[in-house]
Amino acid sequence: MGETRRCDVLVVGAGPGGYVAAIRAAQLGLRTIIVEADKAGGTCLIRGCIPSKAIIHAAERFEHLRQHASEGGHMGISVDGEPGVDMAAMVSWKDSIVERLNKGVEALLKGAGAELVKGWATFEGAKRCTVETADGTVGIEAENVIIATGSSHIDLPFMPCDEEFILSSTGALDLERLPKSAAIVGGGYIGLELGCALAKLGTEVTVVEGLDSILAIMDAELRRPLEIWLKKHGVAVHTNALARGTEIKGKGAARKVELTFEKAGEEHSIKVDKVLVTVGRKPNTKGWGLENTGVRMDAAGRFIRIDRRCRTSVPGVYAIGDVAGEPMLAHKASAEGEMVAEIIAGHEREFDKVAIPAIVFTEPEIISVGLTPHEAEERGEQIIVGKFPFAASGRALSIEAEKTGGFVRVTARESDHVILGVQAVGTHVAEMHAEFVLALEMGALLEDVAGTVHAHPTMSEAFHESVLKTLGHAIHIG
Amino acid sequence: MGKQVFKLPDIGEGVVEGEVVQWHVAAGDTVTEDDPIVDVMTDKATVTIPSPVTGVVTSLSGDVGDMVAVGSTLVEFDSDADAAPASKPEAEPEAASPPTPPPAPEPAADPTPAPAAAKPAPALAAASSKVLASPAIRRRAREAGVDLSQVRGSGPAGRVRHADLDAYIAADGAVTGAAPSSYSTKRTDVTEVKVVGLRRKIAEQMTISKSTIPHFSYFEEVDVTELEALRQVLNASRDESQPKLTYLPFIMLALSRIMPEHPECNANYDDQGGVVARHGAVHIGIATQTDRGLYVPVVKHVEAMDAWQAAAEMQRVASAARDGTASLEDLTGSTFTITSLGRDGGLGATPIINHPEVAILGVHKARDMPVVRDGQIVVRRIMNLSSSFDHRVVDGADGAALVQHLRRMLEHPALIFM
Repeated sequence: MGETRRCDVLVVGAGPGGYVAAIRAAQLGLRTIIVEADKAGGTCLIRGCIPSKAIIHAAERFEHLRQHASEGGHMGISVDGEPGVDMAAMVSWKDSIVERLNKGVEALLKGAGAELVKGWATFEGAKRCTVETADGTVGIEAENVIIATGSSHIDLPFMPCDEEFILSSTGALDLERLPKSAAIVGGGYIGLELGCALAKLGTEVTVVEGLDSILAIMDAELRRPLEIWLKKHGVAVHTNALARGTEIKGKGAARKVELTFEKAGEEHSIKVDKVLVTVGRKPNTKGWGLENTGVRMDAAGRFIRIDRRCRTSVPGVYAIGDVAGEPMLAHKASAEGEMVAEIIAGHEREFDKVAIPAIVFTEPEIISVGLTPHEAEERGEQIIVGKFPFAASGRALSIEAEKTGGFVRVTARESDHVILGVQAVGTHVAEMHAEFVLALEMGALLEDVAGTVHAHPTMSEAFHESVLKTLGHAIHIG
Repeated sequence: MGKQVFKLPDIGEGVVEGEVVQWHVAAGDTVTEDDPIVDVMTDKATVTIPSPVTGVVTSLSGDVGDMVAVGSTLVEFDSDADAAPASKPEAEPEAASPPTPPPAPEPAADPTPAPAAAKPAPALAAASSKVLASPAIRRRAREAGVDLSQVRGSGPAGRVRHADLDAYIAADGAVTGAAPSSYSTKRTDVTEVKVVGLRRKIAEQMTISKSTIPHFSYFEEVDVTELEALRQVLNASRDESQPKLTYLPFIMLALSRIMPEHPECNANYDDQGGVVARHGAVHIGIATQTDRGLYVPVVKHVEAMDAWQAAAEMQRVASAARDGTASLEDLTGSTFTITSLGRDGGLGATPIINHPEVAILGVHKARDMPVVRDGQIVVRRIMNLSSSFDHRVVDGADGAALVQHLRRMLEHPALIFM
């Protein structure tokens, strides 16, 4: 064994949880080492949020072009000839963005003074690990450890991903050619985001979902505009449908994959170019010596068990992000990472967020912050709810964002008007979430938002109006 | 139940052994997961090690003072934790996160349960129940070691503002928030109620009394421990036809016995005519709260009654006043009034004299109190009396004398019956 390094903070995994923790720890003057076997940036940056958003954006541009290229054009703009998709070029454009961000993260780590050790860490004890690097084995001993190992794609054992015919989301973001047809097994947010993008690019998409609705994390009212969009764009959605297996059919370039699924007691099969499996993600708790750390798991044995300060059962060992529990979202991981670094530096901190926003980048986009009306009622709250449709927003009309039938919905406590939750669905609504979550964290009342001037013409006015509607006096709807 | 061996875990900081400082469990104890089992001191710190399982401790290794090496056996348990690791609902630490969604059935043909789908939990929420405060204020409070739930928020809907936290910290918790602004609870409604009928009568009576009679009030506390014992004995042995005795019949009886010695207090004063009518009879008015307002029904000739009769007659006239069946006779002719301030407690009051009477006695709730007797603190049953007198015709000394006399009677209740 080669050298042994010592540090104040050892971060395992350079995803959005780990790299933020490492930068903050280094900023606070702690000797910090961060270990990553892949590129810095994690799932989010390398094969998740960022690359998928790039492809989704490209797909949207393509869809616009096709509109302009169609007979008679659109909004007075017409394009001669048929726009084409060069999937390999699109992927390499996406890769250039990933590359830039990856380099950016590495530069930020370096700039802050955190040392990035590239290799696979294996723990022998709670605070000791060895890392196999390109330059040999490095031992690391740390005063504090932050486990940020993230999560990975869940395979279906009877149809494991080969990334040729059966793809994970990773493979789906690295396509060489645009598939003519694709089946998506698992109608959760990952599958549907990619499904919408593929549909915009012209792929014939079929969704096979085991539950009785797609995107079960959102309520029916929020799902409805998405379901309508999918229907309008020829995406076949099979709910209560269980995938049974796949078979490769045909020869040479004509090879296809046949997906069999069971629905209402009947067996169906479809032949497609690609099957995309997006049935969920599992925390990465195996293969790096977790069992040697003495760190305990939660009751279900799925996530590492943590408290409100992300402390595990072993003093000085913290866990953040996907490996430490729901919601498995990059921004939750980052917030936890920042907090843990400050705790290690001696600050009093606790993860006391009122709300973690969740956004689904489908067409239309869907945001949920805080409680839905149903959740609020289940908690025994007496509530008032107001909805404002984008169809009544001038800005939405001018950018055709009303066409997907979206709205903003506000839930507040009836007695004191404290805002309990805000949801929105619509084209280009994702950025609106920040005001929602700020309102919740600040403990805003309906009157606070009502008394805040929102610039015209913007999508954000819809939040103001939905709050007025909740108060019973919206201006632009009855 | 299976056997589980728990070894001293690597508690970090390069520690290889630790000294057992204190055991929190003994062999045979039942422990719940996370209960502290042992304190181990290393050269860095003392660490309390929680139980990894729920089960029964079968053996401990190492006495207090022994050094235990990391990895050596510390405790052995009998536990069914292996069979059902999730049998006990975990004391979930993460209140800020939503409950983990139940494993959703996924499109899997495999008979083995498909792993739960990873889903972004749609937000979370603790908007209700939690203290309403901005992130900056929450951070300041945590750094100052202040429990925000103890700080009264003066902002809208009880939102804690910086000023509230400043006030709380400055007063070291003695002040719970800034000056109230209670924006959200400000009420502007006004209800007009006509003062008519009995209410107007009461208003007029009170005005006459308070504006014409120069009141003086006098307070005393009375040790009713013995009276209480007597009352208990009498109540325990009463027959069904007899009413339950409260303190009031005894007080009424005591007053009727001593009034001949304090005739100036058992009187009506006709201030227009300039005559005080001192009465031989003791007719005691009993201030009675009814749905319609205050009534003062009268128990006549208490001096001719025993405790049971006084209790029964008081009950009769009071119920008659409450249900509106009291006769004029029942409501007039009192020479002295008692107002029972009992049930709601209160240390003292300044009762208003029932004009044209010249004295009134307020009786407070008796309660057990520490009292110094013969240099020792003992528990005694103490009742406070508040009295008011018409200073025009009752001198202070005379009023006080009545109350002191009454106190003697009540503290030695045998005197009432002598």
